[in-house]
Amino acid sequence: MAALAESFGRGAMSNHWIDIKNSDCILIMGSNAAENHPVSFKYITQAQLNGATLISVDPRFTRTSSRADIYASLRSGTDIAFLGGMIKYIIDNELYQKDYVIEYTNAAFIVNKSFDFADGLFSGYDSASCKYDNSNWSFETDEHGLVKKDTSLEHPRCVFALLKKHYSRYSIEVVSSITGTPKKDLLSVYKAFAATGQSFKAGTILYAMGWTQHSVGVQNIRCGCIIQLLLGNMGIAGGGINALRGESNVQGSTDHALLWHILPGYLKVPRNSDISLQNYNNKYTPSGPGGNMPVGWQNYPRYSISLLKAFFGEKASAKNQFGYQWLPKADNGKTYSWVDIFDEMHKGSIKGFFAWGMNPACSGANANKVRNAMKNLDWMVNTNIFDNETGSFWRGPGMDPSAVKTEVFFLPACVSVEKEGSITNSGRWTQWRYRGPRPLGNSMPDGDIILLLGRKLKQLFASEGGVFPEPVLNLKWDYDSNGKYDPHKVAKQINGYFHKDLMANGKLYPKGSLVPNSGMLASDGSTSSGNWLYCGSYTEEGNMAARRDQKDAPNHIGLYPGFAWCWPDNRRILYSRASVDANGNPWDDKRWVVRWDGRNWIGDIPDGQWPSLGSEGNPENPVNRPSFAMTKEKYGRLFGPGLVDGPFPEHYEPVEGPLAKNLLGAQLINPTVSLPVGPEDALANADPKFPYVCTTYRVSEHWQTGVITRHLPWLMELMPQMFVEISHQLASLKDIKNGSRVKVISARGSVEATAIVTRRFNPFIIDGKIVHQVGVPWHFGWQYPASGKEESANLLTSFAVDPNTNIPESKAFMVNISKI
Amino acid sequence: MSKAFFIDTTLCTACRACQAACKQWHGLPAEETINSGSYQNPDDLSFNTYKLVKMNECMIDGSMRWLFFPAQCRHCLEPPCEYMAGDSSAIYKDSATGAVIFTSVTGKVAGVDDIIGSCPYDVPRKSDKNHLAKCDMCLDRLQNNLLPACVTVCSSGAMNFGDRKTILKQAQERLLVVQNKYPDAMLIDPDEVSTIYLVAFAPSKYSESASAKAGSFDLTRKMAFKKMSRWFFAKAFTG
Ligand code: SF4
Ligand code: SF4
Ligand code: SF4
Repeated sequence: MAALAESFGRGAMSNHWIDIKNSDCILIMGSNAAENHPVSFKYITQAQLNGATLISVDPRFTRTSSRADIYASLRSGTDIAFLGGMIKYIIDNELYQKDYVIEYTNAAFIVNKSFDFADGLFSGYDSASCKYDNSNWSFETDEHGLVKKDTSLEHPRCVFALLKKHYSRYSIEVVSSITGTPKKDLLSVYKAFAATGQSFKAGTILYAMGWTQHSVGVQNIRCGCIIQLLLGNMGIAGGGINALRGESNVQGSTDHALLWHILPGYLKVPRNSDISLQNYNNKYTPSGPGGNMPVGWQNYPRYSISLLKAFFGEKASAKNQFGYQWLPKADNGKTYSWVDIFDEMHKGSIKGFFAWGMNPACSGANANKVRNAMKNLDWMVNTNIFDNETGSFWRGPGMDPSAVKTEVFFLPACVSVEKEGSITNSGRWTQWRYRGPRPLGNSMPDGDIILLLGRKLKQLFASEGGVFPEPVLNLKWDYDSNGKYDPHKVAKQINGYFHKDLMANGKLYPKGSLVPNSGMLASDGSTSSGNWLYCGSYTEEGNMAARRDQKDAPNHIGLYPGFAWCWPDNRRILYSRASVDANGNPWDDKRWVVRWDGRNWIGDIPDGQWPSLGSEGNPENPVNRPSFAMTKEKYGRLFGPGLVDGPFPEHYEPVEGPLAKNLLGAQLINPTVSLPVGPEDALANADPKFPYVCTTYRVSEHWQTGVITRHLPWLMELMPQMFVEISHQLASLKDIKNGSRVKVISARGSVEATAIVTRRFNPFIIDGKIVHQVGVPWHFGWQYPASGKEESANLLTSFAVDPNTNIPESKAFMVNISKI
Repeated sequence: MSKAFFIDTTLCTACRACQAACKQWHGLPAEETINSGSYQNPDDLSFNTYKLVKMNECMIDGSMRWLFFPAQCRHCLEPPCEYMAGDSSAIYKDSATGAVIFTSVTGKVAGVDDIIGSCPYDVPRKSDKNHLAKCDMCLDRLQNNLLPACVTVCSSGAMNFGDRKTILKQAQERLLVVQNKYPDAMLIDPDEVSTIYLVAFAPSKYSESASAKAGSFDLTRKMAFKKMSRWFFAKAFTG
């Protein structure tokens, strides 16, 4: 999501599931949608029936590839080389949508002289800290502070010229020798997808964990963003860049701050240097153009103060900084991600642990290390529908239960269909679900468990005190009805209330009523909202997420605006102001998203209601034309100065790869990666002991670590065992028979697996030499099936992470394989 | 009105939702399987598996293909199994839908193996107790105005179900489109069966039993003729 936020302003799928049907060309890369998002094929099929081309790029020929018109293989971890070649192809052949690129992207921006790229490094690199000073990557500004531009795109330091120069090195020959993709396959993918640069053609990209789980994950996605901006594919129907989430509510849980560094609605977690609320708000409220706009981060204080009011209710007032000092502060410069947690646990500094709906003993990279880390805990609470390898880690393989002191508590949660609430899908649609059957036995909805836990904590802090009781004691905790958790109360608080009567545009919004939209949130404590993005989802008109109207919008592109609700403001397609020309006329009339009828916007809800650029009385002024309103400069970013590892994506080899040198430059791996160095963090690059590239993936028949699906006999019948897929060539080299059991070994661990010898994997020719690749699914764990022999693929993976997101590189690492 | 399936294998993603849904609706137990070096599992149809997505990897004209074939009973218009059983309390054709139904008393019919052998598509399977089982078109669902379970869960559009006339038209129209890309595309035995498959390549690439065993329907016709003549003679003598 970091790449999407950097490129366009919002970290979310830009379009939505149904919209895929509008596409002319669908590139599925870093995703195996047919197997992991099977229902997506309903819409992909509709597009194909209308003549769309489906492209599948994957190291292995998958069930997605079986349906594709074009398939191209690539070695895991070389997506940037593959896509860098496409950027070069688009520019060399002038296939970009020129008007779009000039009007809506930062192509014309002049970059400061201090920007440079040489020997695999951007300017500003400090080799001692492995960090860039990205102030070297800024834009030249004029005396009013506005960015200087050259709309002829000829200035040698304009973004477009720099982009062209950067990717001039990515020739078909070099790309093919890095990726192992045959040249003709590269060309057929480039040609098919670049054809969507025509203004009346739409191309979409679907990606998932195959792009994110790399030490260059964010930059993989940035490549896709750059391509879509060049081709004018952002904001249009059938276009966009669509992050397919790995679980039905990942978007919802991310929106509501699943990750350590964000508060609900992508507000920042305060640092210990953010010593006051004012200080904090000032730091995260951008200055620059668009200061008076009703949308965007300019309104940061309205969102943050409304959030504090939601947390602390009447206890939050201007006098006490609305409770800002009760929020936990992160140490400056420190990260608290998944790998950090288990690093700390491994060192022994974390003593207690809630594993809530998670199975880190199988889902966590370097699972041996994760399991050993748990031995250092005093206590663990495992909240799940079944016991799993995490709750039972102390009796797992290689563990001596008598030597593990950890006390494990199990809280039985009911399953999703036994509770009421909302989920937010990949396309940002929040949809209300009613309860089906009642929870079994003494299992409970998560909401009830949290409610009871919070109540107990409050009691304990009230009776016994504690180091810092205020945050817990002052927490507003009234989300129950008749003693039970009430999801409607939570949903309403997420939307937000007025805390004072408000007269606006001649209408009274009484105290205690629900706020109709995020534009009405205030920074004086007169409103509360648990998540400004969801303000408008549950109003005085009712629960918008529960709407089921099946009428389409007047443009008939499958928006269904009255079905469920989506953030922001029920806008189904993000950045749609880029789908029209300066006069507000759609680039493509047959599947228009919005249009300016001279007085109003019609169709979908555009990003801001202000008139089109060319309409009367609107002098050309960036403030009036933000297609990408949530970025600082209001333009889509081809040049993205805000990431830690460079403004343009550059190909680096995976932390564990088959090569000792990078064929594109002097720098082998992402220079900003700090390598894991613990005793259980062995790495093996270009090491003859581990000669084969390996990747991990999922199959349709199982879900995540299989805690649900391994207990369902009908699914176990379909996919009973851990397997490793290998090519016929590698099988004959190692004398491995189809269906035989083998051992897959990395520098960190090993798993047993059944060999599937298949034509769907083929050796790659990399830099003139044969490189073999294999792949394993990660759905298994020792606890079930009962043989204990079907284990997690994460015993193989490492703690090498993307420096922007700290996501481990589970999609490219090195292994060996042997018969047993 | 006679019903029919149209199974467009060119749209199938082998998600196998249909295979699992069939078991769920019929309450059939899972089989204990192992991975034998393929995703396809179980290996074969069985007394407890009425629907099986067969998967085959092959090279065709230099291109990698992974072909999927959701196998099930074809509900033949003149079912050899029915004629072979010759006992409508064991095997009969539902007049409303054309579903060919194996009842709970198939075990009492002599020659269960002959019934299996008579099937042009190698569909029926027997239990230890010599009972036969196979896809029943979800007749109980049809009688309650529901689509067959396997059709309901198919999101790709591969599984279709409806009145035979409409389905046949849909299949023929789709065939013309698919043939633009795959000139060898064909419908498998559309005039003989109610489960009509569209395949992009020769049926044998998908599964050995994808198209009818040579001569199998002739047998039915011969037997039908025999029955008819028996009836004719009976009439002649009594009439
Ligand atoms: S449900 Fe549909 S797509 Fe999935 S395997 Fe069955 S026929 Fe194929
Ligand atoms: S396919 Fe076989 S079992 Fe099914 S109706 Fe025809 S003959 Fe009978
Ligand atoms: S129609 Fe019913 S019985 Fe036949 S395969 Fe489909 S789900 Fe199974």
